[in-house]
Amino acid sequence: MQKISRETLIEKAKELLQNGTVSSVLGWKAGEFSYDVTPATFNSVEELEKDFVYNDFCGANFSKYLVKATIKAEGKILVFLKPCDTYSFNQLLTEHRFNREKVYVVGIPCEGMVDVEAIRKAAGEGIVSVECTNDGLVVDTLYNGKVKLAEQDVLLERCKVCKSKKHVAYDELLGDEGEVIESKRFDEVERLEKMTPDERFAFWQRELSRCIRCNACRDICPACTCEQCVFNNPKSGVENKAAANSFEEKMFHIIRAFHVVGRCTDCGECSRVCPQNIPLHLLNRKFIKDIDNFYGEYQAGAEVGSRAPLVNYTTDDIEASDAVRKGDGENA
Amino acid sequence: MQIENKKPLIVAFCCNWCSYAGADLAGNNRLNYPAEVKIIRVPCSCRVNPMFILRAFQRGADGVILCGCHPGDCHYTSGNYYTRRRMALLFSMLDYLGIERDRTRVEWVSAAEGAKFAATMNDFVEKVTALGENKRLEDLRCKK
Ligand code: SF4
Ligand code: SF4
Ligand code: FES
Repeated sequence: MQKISRETLIEKAKELLQNGTVSSVLGWKAGEFSYDVTPATFNSVEELEKDFVYNDFCGANFSKYLVKATIKAEGKILVFLKPCDTYSFNQLLTEHRFNREKVYVVGIPCEGMVDVEAIRKAAGEGIVSVECTNDGLVVDTLYNGKVKLAEQDVLLERCKVCKSKKHVAYDELLGDEGEVIESKRFDEVERLEKMTPDERFAFWQRELSRCIRCNACRDICPACTCEQCVFNNPKSGVENKAAANSFEEKMFHIIRAFHVVGRCTDCGECSRVCPQNIPLHLLNRKFIKDIDNFYGEYQAGAEVGSRAPLVNYTTDDIEASDAVRKGDGENA
Repeated sequence: MQIENKKPLIVAFCCNWCSYAGADLAGNNRLNYPAEVKIIRVPCSCRVNPMFILRAFQRGADGVILCGCHPGDCHYTSGNYYTRRRMALLFSMLDYLGIERDRTRVEWVSAAEGAKFAATMNDFVEKVTALGENKRLEDLRCKK
């Protein structure tokens, strides 16, 4: 359960709306079910009081929404950012994707957000409602009645291995600035690296073959803000699902991940939104791990204006063939 | 009936200023390298987008090699330094997906290194031949 309540956020938003600091608020409102919270814009106190929600399902990273929202909005936009969202925020600023002047950031603490898919797995299909309490979740289901779950067990993957509770961008904080924390986020990548190539191939074949090319992972990605995406080109040959074979999936996934190399902040949105539960973060994290390994540690979005590893070089960088060997720990 | 062993198809991206000239020199000196190597001339090694490499595999290549000027010698000063980073990450990713690592390579070949060009191609073709046909990155729609 989040430490900060819906009321506190509404209070803050009200104050900023009423004193004229901002003219609209980017927040969450209830969807059809209590667990499908949807991002929304609020223009008045009345709208806030009526629809604004904040709970453990507010995983959405608002940074990318600012790209379009700042163009449309007349005045400043109030946005609530969790620590991980602030990295994407900085990365977008680094890439000049929106005007910082038009945004007012209120940093909010985060206890980790929950994953409805994980709840579904644990409690069964037919979720009627989910109640977040101080000692866990109470899930009301059609078939299994009320099921109690520990929050730790149903966190989003990215929250289980949260890399930072630090707000790297804000105008105001509700809570502490927070710290970068120890994270085990590369463990799974290492496990894959230790497999044989055949096993790895089989693993990815199994995962990627489920992809339905809905493009949700690209659309949600704060690094994917291209106005013309390569995958929208009808001549690219990768614009729809190939029934014939698996090349298209691999092409899509390798290129998608490659396009965000050095810019991906590991916010985990791709894996959160994938309707097929493909562990896309494992592709992005491989690149992050390799960058750390080959060129020194680099966290995209940690500061505005930092130079991404692929638009940078040193004269004694590792050669590609050595990199492949180092990449799987052979002579690391 | 004797089925002939299918010869591998190799795509070699060569930068205009060094490696392409190196290939030319290899020819002028009558050095042998396998005819399976199809050279595509690019202005600079850093012109090669990762998509080019995947496309080559899609269209039937069994191996893809990328040749450019030696680090420090790029006609555009720093193009090949970017190439080096991109390809290090791309090849590592291909390996992570279980695609045979000997199917891809980066090699620096200068305009004076005709002999290195021929030797590199001979060695690369041998490695790829040993791996056989490219199955893991093939696109059946493109098969003849
Ligand atoms: S996949 Fe590539 S081209 Fe498409 S939006 Fe993302 S970065 Fe841009
Ligand atoms: S969100 Fe999932 S199913 Fe949709 S395109 Fe991305 S990987 Fe494929
Ligand atoms: S011109 Fe040869 S690598 Fe750039």
